[in-house]
Amino acid sequence: MKKSFGDLSKTYLFLALMVILGPLGNVLLGKGMKRIGATASWNPNELVHFLAQLMGSGFIWLGVGCLLAFFAAYMLVLSWADYSYVQPASAVAYAVVALLGHFFLGEVVTPLRWMGVFIICLGVLVVGNTPPRTNEFQG
Amino acid sequence: MNLELILLLLIMLAGTGGELCVARAMQATGPAEELRPRALIRLIVRALQNGWMWLGLLLMAVGFFSLLEMLSLENVSFVIPVTALSYGFGALGGKFFLREQVTRKRWAGVLLVCFGVGLVLIGHR
Repeated sequence: MKKSFGDLSKTYLFLALMVILGPLGNVLLGKGMKRIGATASWNPNELVHFLAQLMGSGFIWLGVGCLLAFFAAYMLVLSWADYSYVQPASAVAYAVVALLGHFFLGEVVTPLRWMGVFIICLGVLVVGNTPPRTNEFQG
Repeated sequence: MNLELILLLLIMLAGTGGELCVARAMQATGPAEELRPRALIRLIVRALQNGWMWLGLLLMAVGFFSLLEMLSLENVSFVIPVTALSYGFGALGGKFFLREQVTRKRWAGVLLVCFGVGLVLIGHR
């Protein structure tokens, strides 16, 4: 695997991982936190109970795992490509969230939101048409 | 300055500024040559030895908690322009802080993304 990927393919592959793992991690954390509920007070006993619930939640562990993997992918992509390339390209995540919401969760996606998704994709296509790395590495 | 304005600046400056510092650390670390787990762990450890990485993580945390605080306030509509504008701020940071070549074509793409993200966030509510 290590030599068969060109730099561009590696960048695209890990960008794809980023736009899937980031939203997935957020959704899982959100689901886990909703199940546990907010802490009512700063009482030490309640805080310990809250932490124990956090540690015992599969959703929280999965969410944290996804976000750690997201950050590792983010670091790798930034080692190959410009920040001004990666930041707009990762906005594809908004399209992923809208598509997942529409097809898997049956959410109503408003026409305005679809229009936004379309314009984001257009912008990402334009940015994707520029060379990913434009500066020299600094020590 | 009111609290919302301070939070707005923190979300944009600390959040995107943190990402720029992480990008600078990765720039100094150099490109990942291999995708084997051991080589990746070595790269991440090397990146964590760079001061920009820790400053970046700290700033990203400040940006994240500012966003949480902003969302807990009643006027959430502030978050929309901030999130959209952060793409413009990111491109400026790329140009001046990371010395990237942000061509007119890349600017055009960034502006489209800004506009699209704004519409997605407005359409979501």
